Amino acid sequence: MKKNIFKYIITAAFLVGGVASCTKKLDLLPTNDVTASQVYSSPAGYKQAFAKLYGSFALTGNQGPSGNGDIQGIDEGTSDFLRLYWKAQELSTDEAVVAWGDPGIQDFHNMNWSSSNPMLTGLYYRAYYQITLCNDFINQASDANLTSRGISGADADAIKLYKTEARFLRAFQYWVIMDLFGSGPFATENDKLGSVLPQQASRTALFSYVESELKAIEGSLVAAKANEYGRADKAAAWSLLARLYLNAQVYTGTAKWADAITYSKKVIEAGYTLIPNYAQLMLADNHLNTSEFIFTINYDGLKTQNWGGTTFLAHAPIGGAMTASDFGVDGGWGGVRTTKNLPAMFPDVTGTADKRSQFYTGGQSLEISDLTKFTDGYAVTKFKNKTRAGANGSSLTFPDIDFPIFRLAEQYLIYAEASLRGAGDVTQSLTYINNLRTRAYGNASGNISAGQLTTDFILDERARELYWEGFRRTDLIRYNKFVESSYLWPWKGGVKSGTSVDAYRKVYPIPSSDISSNVNLKQNTGY
Amino acid sequence: MNIKRLLFVCVMAMLAFVMPALAQDKVVTGKVTDSKDGTALAGASVMVKGTTIGVSTDANGAFSFKVPGTATTLVISSVSHGNLEVAITSGTMSIKLDQANAALNEVVVIGYGSARKKDLTGSVSTVSSKDFIKGAITTPEQLIIGKVAGVAITSNGGAPGSGSTIRVRGGSSLSASNDPLIVVDGMPLSNNGISGVASPLSMINPNDIETFTILKDASATAIYGSRASNGVILITTKRGKKGKPTFSFSSQLSSATISKKADVLNADQVKSIVNANAPTNIISKLGSTKTDWQDQIYQNAIGTDNNLSVSGGIKNMPYRLSFGYLNQNGILKTGNLQRTSIGITLNPVLLDNHLKIDLNVKGTFSKSRFANEGAIGSAVSFDPTQPTTTNSARYGGYWEWLNANNFASTGLETLAPKNPLGQLMQRDDRSNVQRSIGNAVIDYKLHFLPDLRAILNVGYDVSQGTGTVVVNDSAASQYRRFKDAGNVFHGGQNTEYKQTKTNTYLNFYLNYAKDLKSIDSRIEAIAGYEFQDYKTKNNNYPDLTYDKTVVSTPNYAFDEPENALMSVMGRLNFTIQNKYILTGSVRRDGSSKFNADNRYGVFPSAAFAWKMKSEDFLKDIDVISDLKFRIGYGVTGQQDGIGNYDYISYYNLSSGTGSYQLGNAYYQMYRPGGYYYNRKWEQTATSNIALDYGLFNNRVTGSIEYYKKTTTDLLNEINQPAGTNFSNKIVANVGSMENTGFEFSINYQAIKTDNLTWDIAFNATFNKNNITKLTISDDPTYAGARYGGISGGTGNTVLINSIGFNRGAYFVYKQVYDPKSGKPIDNLFDDKNRDGVINEQDLYQYKGADPTSFFGFSTNVNYKKWNAGLVMRANIGNYLYNNRASSTGTIRNIINPIGYINNGSSDVLYTNFSGNGTNYYLSDYYVQNASFLRLDNINIGYNAGRVFNNKANLRLSANVQNVFVITEYKGLDPEMNGGIDNNFYPRPRTFVIGLSLDF
Repeated sequence: MKKNIFKYIITAAFLVGGVASCTKKLDLLPTNDVTASQVYSSPAGYKQAFAKLYGSFALTGNQGPSGNGDIQGIDEGTSDFLRLYWKAQELSTDEAVVAWGDPGIQDFHNMNWSSSNPMLTGLYYRAYYQITLCNDFINQASDANLTSRGISGADADAIKLYKTEARFLRAFQYWVIMDLFGSGPFATENDKLGSVLPQQASRTALFSYVESELKAIEGSLVAAKANEYGRADKAAAWSLLARLYLNAQVYTGTAKWADAITYSKKVIEAGYTLIPNYAQLMLADNHLNTSEFIFTINYDGLKTQNWGGTTFLAHAPIGGAMTASDFGVDGGWGGVRTTKNLPAMFPDVTGTADKRSQFYTGGQSLEISDLTKFTDGYAVTKFKNKTRAGANGSSLTFPDIDFPIFRLAEQYLIYAEASLRGAGDVTQSLTYINNLRTRAYGNASGNISAGQLTTDFILDERARELYWEGFRRTDLIRYNKFVESSYLWPWKGGVKSGTSVDAYRKVYPIPSSDISSNVNLKQNTGY
Repeated sequence: MNIKRLLFVCVMAMLAFVMPALAQDKVVTGKVTDSKDGTALAGASVMVKGTTIGVSTDANGAFSFKVPGTATTLVISSVSHGNLEVAITSGTMSIKLDQANAALNEVVVIGYGSARKKDLTGSVSTVSSKDFIKGAITTPEQLIIGKVAGVAITSNGGAPGSGSTIRVRGGSSLSASNDPLIVVDGMPLSNNGISGVASPLSMINPNDIETFTILKDASATAIYGSRASNGVILITTKRGKKGKPTFSFSSQLSSATISKKADVLNADQVKSIVNANAPTNIISKLGSTKTDWQDQIYQNAIGTDNNLSVSGGIKNMPYRLSFGYLNQNGILKTGNLQRTSIGITLNPVLLDNHLKIDLNVKGTFSKSRFANEGAIGSAVSFDPTQPTTTNSARYGGYWEWLNANNFASTGLETLAPKNPLGQLMQRDDRSNVQRSIGNAVIDYKLHFLPDLRAILNVGYDVSQGTGTVVVNDSAASQYRRFKDAGNVFHGGQNTEYKQTKTNTYLNFYLNYAKDLKSIDSRIEAIAGYEFQDYKTKNNNYPDLTYDKTVVSTPNYAFDEPENALMSVMGRLNFTIQNKYILTGSVRRDGSSKFNADNRYGVFPSAAFAWKMKSEDFLKDIDVISDLKFRIGYGVTGQQDGIGNYDYISYYNLSSGTGSYQLGNAYYQMYRPGGYYYNRKWEQTATSNIALDYGLFNNRVTGSIEYYKKTTTDLLNEINQPAGTNFSNKIVANVGSMENTGFEFSINYQAIKTDNLTWDIAFNATFNKNNITKLTISDDPTYAGARYGGISGGTGNTVLINSIGFNRGAYFVYKQVYDPKSGKPIDNLFDDKNRDGVINEQDLYQYKGADPTSFFGFSTNVNYKKWNAGLVMRANIGNYLYNNRASSTGTIRNIINPIGYINNGSSDVLYTNFSGNGTNYYLSDYYVQNASFLRLDNINIGYNAGRVFNNKANLRLSANVQNVFVITEYKGLDPEMNGGIDNNFYPRPRTFVIGLSLDF
């Protein structure tokens, strides 16, 4: 009996020894998540990682509609690119006000944002998130990696094109950083992740970088209108260049009107046409608008669900006496409206003459006495989760509306403005502007004469054509009307009648969370 | 591997049954009495030293049993009188036990072994079953609430089995877990929850527990190394005693009622506010009924708890079997917990006392129905002028807010709250959970070297939780929530979940103990190895509507996260002249959560104790009956509560609903995850200085302790420099934090006579927490890491961790008050930086959620056959954000601009806040002093003595739990984890009657 006991104790001791020697026990791996080498082992894996580069424009994370967010420290539903970008570009202007109490959201219209504003922090990290994904993807798609992973031929060519498009997306986000924050940390695929603290690039340096990148990839991108829907082509790069040059004076102090003309012209001559009906621009089936849309963020009520993007743009403007089902959604969020300045630019608020005038006025007052009251200020009805035929989108909660980042109308306006400012072809400009107005009025009754075509007219025309599409802040800055007292709107600067604010607010502050994490960063002047 | 281990345990257990007793026996008889007053001590244990052969004394203190012929010494022990060793003599032995030394002779379990309480060098507190809180207790930790200085236990709410949050000395982590390590009979448990139960500890039957031992300072805990930074709680379950089988049966019947409802407006008050302020289209929506929605959702809840145990010995093998059945309704309608538990312990002693085996198996089966706690918030917000039900069959007949514009889809006002009663009744959320914890400790004293023992401890903790959630498709909450490809709507929910946990444990150590008589010293050393593996399997199921239409399917059938720890440890105790005790320990832990270069952490400790009473200069001072000075220092580690694999980037595949369209195809996206290659152990260095005292013949005993805990390399979620990681925040090792504190405890035996005893115990804890570093570079404009999401706005947070402040300070606007009325002025805040605008720059750090001091008081009186006691607790300096008032106590909330009416906190009658603007959510007005005094428990018991022809002993008891709370706090309950009071499941007031029979 004793012997047996000893036998077991010895067995136990061996067991112990056996486990002890097996330090591999501490090398554990996740069950379903995979490493980079597994993802990038096949062309299909490349495409799925590539889809994330574009998808991070539209989605807030890896689970629709929420639950696995990309950006931390901000409510996930508000953490997508478009919703944040839209707030920064629109709520800070005469085009939009919001009723809600989300942290920091009222700072935009009050123009008193600080370096800890959560929305700006979220937007900044969202932009850099996409930049970081692109940097990594560009490395993964290097020739050496493709060779070592045995990918060649047509597969390799496709992946090289993905890489070029990744450079476009990265350039776009650096443009966002440059336009909104002025300067920012700068990292490319050459900086190993986590090993070095990025240096700060000035606004001028970012301008040069975006310009050089876009020109460098211009030749490698596929021809205009030749890529898959939702992917960038040459026209997308040209459109961004045109936009970049239009604002060059703001960014660098040196105007580049001729370049703006050159690149907007390239787009215009690439075969795009306006769709006939302005009211069909922002509908559930607006993926049909490929004749006008140059590059879009794609949404789908079943497969691309999130609480930002056009979900926000369709729900948030519905409130008061409005009928949600008229907009193809299951309810309004009672949030965004516009100040009286926007309807004042149209001949009427009913859209009788200019069909672009899409407002809801019933129960809404034109004047705003309380920003947080939905019925103060007219509601905007531009985004509808309805098809051209009047059917609802695939989901009443998550609209199918795609969002054009670039569309032809903007290029007409860039061409015209740059021509006026930079001694270009004014006659051609007039034709382009009247193209927009003919569509707006349904006939030539709204067309203007050469004498009426002034830069100030173009600013208003941009508002009429492009309102709520994320342009207004940049436009007002270019026209020196953003912080100045020369142009006021209700509650500008937090005062009911409007007031000027300090000039440093033409750029947003770099988030203090990044200043405290990266010693290389200096805060923008004034903040 | 695991199967082999289990097999081994089984074989050992079977062997234990067949081992015969070998030696010739003799009979010893005697009587045990109190040394002072000569009263008989019933129930004292009489054991042959070094064996488990023994009996309990009868009601007259007498004993008689067979012992081996070789036996020379008896060990007498009694809960009230401690231990005494006496030589075996022939005839009736007269044994007198001295109560005075009881507490100090007590043997307590410590990490990897046990020690006499008087020999301890570290900060170790014990609470044994006689001091447990009585009443309807469903989770073990609630047995010792308020009993131990430095240990704060806050129940997570009033739901059945909801468990508690335990903080030992304030907690020393930020992003990592602050939960203490819990070890049951030598088996360390995982702190992670189990699907299908509210709290993993609710799967342990409190009735099986004999003692809690709480290790507080590093010299006591460092032997546990990793996971020990936040203290260690050792739970020892009841053991069998050799002898005839004795049965013990107890039964309790409890009735719980809501102790306090949220203070909301009544129907008339809502009407008058709406009539005075709302536009006509909203006034027209007022109903004509008077419904108290809280009355609708709460109920009186009956519960029963029955336990039967038998203990005794089969030859050399004491055993205890226990069986428990608990059935507890929740005060929120539909909630119920049923728990069946069995426990088996076997403690055979073999091979001439050279082999001791301690075998524990516990099995628990629970069936729960979880009430929809969303109804709690809805009952506060739902318009009291509306009826509960309608005549329509739509939405299950419950009254709901409608919007005619949505008639084509749901017909509901989308953002309005849903009928609280409907939310409860239309959701059927049930779980079935099984958990078994078992281990075998084989303690072998080497035949050729009896000073050396080899101890092997193998154990498992397996659980499986399954559950289903069924929501009828007529329920408003999920009405027509999904439109299929054929444009047909489906509603409701019919989903399931399943989780399996397999935790395995192996520990082997050698213990060497030797008296070094030549230098009047004793040395005890241990050295060991340990391996722990925690594996969870989560099965994923599709999201189904009530009619089982697939809404979405998961990417993977299951996920199986796992982490493991591998350790070696050693400890040396050196006792000189029974006066000076030195302890040193060191442990090296390896964790699978870190990369191979950072994987190992070394955690040392050293402590010294000086039994001052043994010195000549104190020997003759009679007032001081005992005095011991202790000082210790140690380092512990932490890796709990962080991701399992974050040291490299893994790619996650997006869900089908999170796909992106390129061309005509939708792609599920691969996303690289954030990572932090250099993540390593968080370390906490603790210094502890203490004095244990006993006065007046130890009628007054207690301890005074001072500690300082400094945590460095804090596992702290910090911002990553933009452009350097796939996540903008990641848990890194940046920052440091300090906890300093003072603890005081006193136990006073005020009266001790034959018929009357009166005991009083009091403890006090003062803790100060200070964050000393948080970020890589110091930026004065960076206020800190904000967290603590609230209800109101989107993404608002109210808490912050800032350098120079306590963890979890509130980050709020300073409210401006009307100097005349003293009332807060709507939307008027102090412009702290005087820049003319109110924005985040004007927020300031204010108070905190943790108490700066807390106190426990308990007292017991025994008079003849009667006993009575009470337990009180107080917290001072804790503040609470009254989210219920801030999110519902405004006019705008009551008259919702979207077009419906809500109820709200009565606070609106005082503040008259409009709810316009956005900053008021973060007003410091809502951060309210939540210091409190709570009478937790009063109890009374009667020992009826022998009944049923002297065959059994009967005791009767009654008690009330959560008797009253005294506080200035304006919300529902001042005691809440996390600092934010919103939709808290109210703690009920519970009345309990019970009986117990021993036979």
